[in-house]
Amino acid sequence: MPTMNMIQAVNSAMSVMLARDPNVVVFGEDVGYFGGVFRATEGLQKTYGKTRCFDTPIAEGGIVGAAIGMSAYGMRPVVEIQFADYIYPAFDQIVSEAARIRYRSAGEFSVPMTIRTPYGGGIFGGQTHSQSPEGLFTHVAGLKVVVPSTPYDAKGLLISAIEDDDPVIFLEPKRLYTGPFEGHTEGAVKPWSVHPASEVPEDHYRIPLGQASVVREGEDVTVLAYGTMVHVALAAARDSGINAEVIDLRTLVPLDIETIVRSVNKTGRCVVVHEATRTSGYGAELTTLVQQQCFFDLEAPIERVTGYDIPYPHAFEWQYFPGPARVAEALRRSLAG
Amino acid sequence: MLDSRRRADNRALLVEESEPRALELRIPEAPARPGEPVDFSKLNLSDPGAVRRPEVDAPAESMRDLAYSLIRVLDDKGEAVGPWAPEVPVATLKAGLRAMMLTRAYDDRMYRAQRQGKTSFYIKCTGEEAIAVAQALALDGGDMCFPSYRQQGLLIARNYPLLKMMGQVYSNTLDPLKGRQMPIMYSSREYGFFTVSGNLGTQIIQAVGWAMGSALRGDTKIAASWIGDGTTAEGDFHYALTFASVYRAPVILNVVNNQWAISSFQGIAGGDQAPFAARGVGYGLPSLRVDGNDFLAVYAATQWAAQRARSNHGATLIELFTYRAEGHSTSDDPTRYRAADEASKWPLGDPILRLKQYLIKRGEWTEEQHEAQQNEVTQEVRTVQREAEASGVHGANNTHSPKTMFEDVFKEMDWRLRRQRQEAGF
Repeated sequence: MPTMNMIQAVNSAMSVMLARDPNVVVFGEDVGYFGGVFRATEGLQKTYGKTRCFDTPIAEGGIVGAAIGMSAYGMRPVVEIQFADYIYPAFDQIVSEAARIRYRSAGEFSVPMTIRTPYGGGIFGGQTHSQSPEGLFTHVAGLKVVVPSTPYDAKGLLISAIEDDDPVIFLEPKRLYTGPFEGHTEGAVKPWSVHPASEVPEDHYRIPLGQASVVREGEDVTVLAYGTMVHVALAAARDSGINAEVIDLRTLVPLDIETIVRSVNKTGRCVVVHEATRTSGYGAELTTLVQQQCFFDLEAPIERVTGYDIPYPHAFEWQYFPGPARVAEALRRSLAG
Repeated sequence: MLDSRRRADNRALLVEESEPRALELRIPEAPARPGEPVDFSKLNLSDPGAVRRPEVDAPAESMRDLAYSLIRVLDDKGEAVGPWAPEVPVATLKAGLRAMMLTRAYDDRMYRAQRQGKTSFYIKCTGEEAIAVAQALALDGGDMCFPSYRQQGLLIARNYPLLKMMGQVYSNTLDPLKGRQMPIMYSSREYGFFTVSGNLGTQIIQAVGWAMGSALRGDTKIAASWIGDGTTAEGDFHYALTFASVYRAPVILNVVNNQWAISSFQGIAGGDQAPFAARGVGYGLPSLRVDGNDFLAVYAATQWAAQRARSNHGATLIELFTYRAEGHSTSDDPTRYRAADEASKWPLGDPILRLKQYLIKRGEWTEEQHEAQQNEVTQEVRTVQREAEASGVHGANNTHSPKTMFEDVFKEMDWRLRRQRQEAGF
């Protein structure tokens, strides 16, 4: 089986879908001839032709609006927003339009569009290339939100997202594109090839939306994480020697609540981790759900480890980033609680 | 019933005449990709001196042709020709030449510093120096600039300290922005340089708003903004043109058409269908298309637009026609998407060499003086660089205190931030 990094896996998912479904088209800024600034669409224009994968004007609202119109025609567009930080000009089209078109037309029209966008910090991108805006989208009725953490998951989830008949925001943790980053900023960078989830089949396969994955079994505390933070949480569990169960949510909407409840009922403790800012973040939703559904099994207050409520500061990337030390501290607090 | 039958009949008629054709989507193609011969044959260039110069109070509808021609002053021999040849003091021209050379020397050193791991990122403006520099000199010191990320020449022409610029690039203790922004996203209220965003196009409507404020308060200052050819596709550009036209705001709206938006040639933004300057015509704005590598033409057009704005005739759109001689940024590799020799074959030449040629022709400059000045600006940049690096480079922990990252989110810190700062160990 070939070994892929996350960029190659995402590329492979789009390639498979372009080959299978003539309604799939891929477009966005620099995605055509160049193959995308992160190389995620490399070779697609050459293989499938310039009407299947093409460059767009720099107009995120235009990209998403056009994708909605193509969806209304019956196509299945996969668009790239170059950085999640650039998605806001498209916010009206996503929130007021894509998310509600099925509802307001009583099912007459739908938007089977996938918006792929790199998100998160770790590359010294400052405040305009580092944000984690997932909470803005999970808050909107009518959007599905997916965040892979490995190449294998990225491909299977992206295929499911493209095949899904509703709009999906597909957030790609850019720090994980080339390796399973654990939040340790010293030492050699680990490539995906040393990780088992870099074995990615060439062909079509799906990972269903709405299924979390228990990536580390444990007895003492449950960690809920997604994207880059899955690897950080695993490192924190390993570094601290705490017998933590780590759940990779993979899909934020729809959420696999059963897997979460089963785990927290077993461990009695829960730590929620995300890189995004804290206030009104997705962690607040997870905390509420766990509190409501596992109340009688909880032995300690639910902990949240998040980015601080400040813009991503360029020079203080690692002071801002909720790395393994901060997660491990939360694990210890939870066990002491 | 009758209606639908008639429609059906009509359709039958049409079908007899011609079969319906399958529709096709046009996908624009760049004129030359790697390995292909450079093709600048489609550029719409006027001869130097050929474009007329309207009075600054002429109505916009009387000068629509200027959006479709190209204002040029310097000819191939280095003579200033035609009605746009400006009256500029020689001292200003020499200051412009020096600022352009200093900008290029600064860019070269900072680019190299990025390659040496001393900073995380850099953006050069090579080949486009005349734009920011000539425009800074044609504006008044109090006029407010809302730049994109490629107008470092504005700060340099306004004599902003290079040491502070380098401090910002190195995110060290000299950084006036306390390490909060990516390199090159400068800000200086004192020097009339609005904080660079990093998101595209947001500043151009803000410039219009600043100018509206200046007019509302009866001030005398005007505003100017710069976006690239690619960014004209963003909604902000449309907002800016609409507000500027509706309120006749005292603002200069510049589109720097350097042919490439990362890998997308200007046709992806529609520049091959109509010049970007022509976007202004539909809004009733005077719209000039100017050779951006011609210091005198840039200066003259900006001076014209500034005079017009100052005399309450409102905004001007200027397309500055140039070429991005280097990659988009240090994260880019242009050899993957464009012909390698495009920059050297750009028919409008290099802005520094063209101004140098003009000054020599006028007897105001010599090759020897030019060489001496080249050494002098290179030495200045090196000296300042040594001083800047003594305060640390990126990643070496010579930053402002990380504690400061919690400041300036709000004017007054709320309890959450105080608590989070404590959590972070400060």
